[in-house]
Amino acid sequence: MIHFDCVSKRYPPGMDALSALSFTVAEGEMVTITGHSGAGKSTLLNLIAAIEKPTSGSVLVAGQNVGSLSRTALPYLRRRLGLVLQNQQLLFDRTVFDNVMLPLAITGFPPKEAAQRVRAALDKVGLAAREKALPIALSGGEQQRVAIARAVVSRPAILLADEPTAHLDSATAADVARIFHEFNRAGVTVLIATYDAQLFPAVRSLHLDHGHLIPSIPEHSLTRASC
Amino acid sequence: MLNTWLHQHRLALRLALRRLSKTPWITLLSLLAIGIAITLPVGGQLLLDNARQLLRNASTTPQISIFMATSARRATADALSAKLNNHAAVARFQFLPREATLARIKTNPNLREVVEALPDNPYPDAFIVTARDDSAASLDALAEEFRQWPDVAHVQLDSAWVRRLDAFLRLGRNALALLDGLLAAGLVAITFNITRMQALTHRTEIELSQLLGATPGFIRRPFLYFGALLGLGGGLTACVLVTLATWWLDRPLADLLYLYDIRFSLQPLQLRDTAVLLGASTILGWLGALLSLGQRLRRT
Ligand SMILES: Nc1ncnc2c1ncn2[C@@H]1O[C@H](COP(=O)(O)OP(=O)(O)O)[C@@H](O)[C@H]1O
Ligand SMILES: [Mg+2]
Repeated sequence: MIHFDCVSKRYPPGMDALSALSFTVAEGEMVTITGHSGAGKSTLLNLIAAIEKPTSGSVLVAGQNVGSLSRTALPYLRRRLGLVLQNQQLLFDRTVFDNVMLPLAITGFPPKEAAQRVRAALDKVGLAAREKALPIALSGGEQQRVAIARAVVSRPAILLADEPTAHLDSATAADVARIFHEFNRAGVTVLIATYDAQLFPAVRSLHLDHGHLIPSIPEHSLTRASC
Repeated sequence: MLNTWLHQHRLALRLALRRLSKTPWITLLSLLAIGIAITLPVGGQLLLDNARQLLRNASTTPQISIFMATSARRATADALSAKLNNHAAVARFQFLPREATLARIKTNPNLREVVEALPDNPYPDAFIVTARDDSAASLDALAEEFRQWPDVAHVQLDSAWVRRLDAFLRLGRNALALLDGLLAAGLVAITFNITRMQALTHRTEIELSQLLGATPGFIRRPFLYFGALLGLGGGLTACVLVTLATWWLDRPLADLLYLYDIRFSLQPLQLRDTAVLLGASTILGWLGALLSLGQRLRRT
């Protein structure tokens, strides 16, 4: 589903955020991306969503090279992804309902079905009762769950989440982790960048260290030399 | 498919209206700025129309005098009468038989002696023609046509006044065209700036929408409605301002002109002109927003 082939990302002053990354995430798989702050986790997710372009190498999403997508094709890639960003980026002048509705409004979903889907998504994250509230009236955990509902409302095949449990108390974080597991069980490919891998036990982890992928099985280190 | 399209546009329109109503003072002041800007050329057009009306009323319409040859027979003059009667460009005409002219001259005691000393009647048959169209060009053409007619000795057109009026109206029209152009640029500039401010205010929303897969068209749409609504609202404001001004000035102007023996009433904005004004201001508002966004969306 997602394939990185010798991907490097260098930010302008000459800072290598990612170096020669190669890995594959299978369809329906759930993977965490771990590593210290500044290891390159966000950069990796941004490359998948074509928010950034790789300096070299190729990023394939469902067989499509996202680094070379045209401007007109880009929106259609993004519609196949569910994004939960590091800062949730909710619109604070709109209700919870309208925030979750946004992706469907963008794709031009028929309004009646859209409303049903929004309610279903809010129900899944346990916020069915808060649809009329403004985001400012919600706790941090609730806001994070609104962002998750917005990411899944269009039923994307891939869900990308960047530190979705940051700033949450451990009970709330566990709750959010459980929601991601549920989506994965429903067949969604899930990538979560997190500093707290213990929240997702028994999940394959891609560990980054200063932009390098640290292999969990030693012989995989041979692939790096081939770039 | 069509339903989706309509729904998308309805959403964009509602969003634009909500943004306008969210900052009522800015919206109101913008409408006033646009409205006053449009009032200038619209008021100018109104003044010009009314001036033309007034000048037509106040001055005698220009006439063409046709003098037959003194040798011409009455039958020829009768034939010309019939021709003038059926002429499409002639509004009305008057036939002055040479005998009547002579009789009129003889009522003047000084001229009487001179005229009576002559062996023949020195005055020709004549026609005084009022044309339907009083533009200088068509009057010239008509006079030229009359000159070709049989036994016509002389055709006289007092065109100086017509030319003056024509020149005046042409100046007015050109000045208005200039004003229209300036206004159009001004309107685009105003909506350009307001839309830019709007786009900055809603930057997170734009960026988020892009991340969620919005096409540039989707992002642009509410802003285009926003600009078009500003233009339309400004146009309506201008209509109200012009109507108020007409109402305010009509009475004193009529009173003033009455002192000069002229009956006159200011004509309000015509329905057709109003429609053109509203259409143009809407399109210009839309254009301002489009230019403003073109610049923004290319950068992101
Ligand atoms: N837009 C950017 N411009 C320049 N440097 C960046 C940019 N984004 C990230 N970086 C740098 O790239 C490295 C990796 O950042 P990031 O992917 O955000 O790490 P993480 O999410 O793991 O904390 C960091 O050193 C960071 O400073
Ligand atoms: Mg990060």
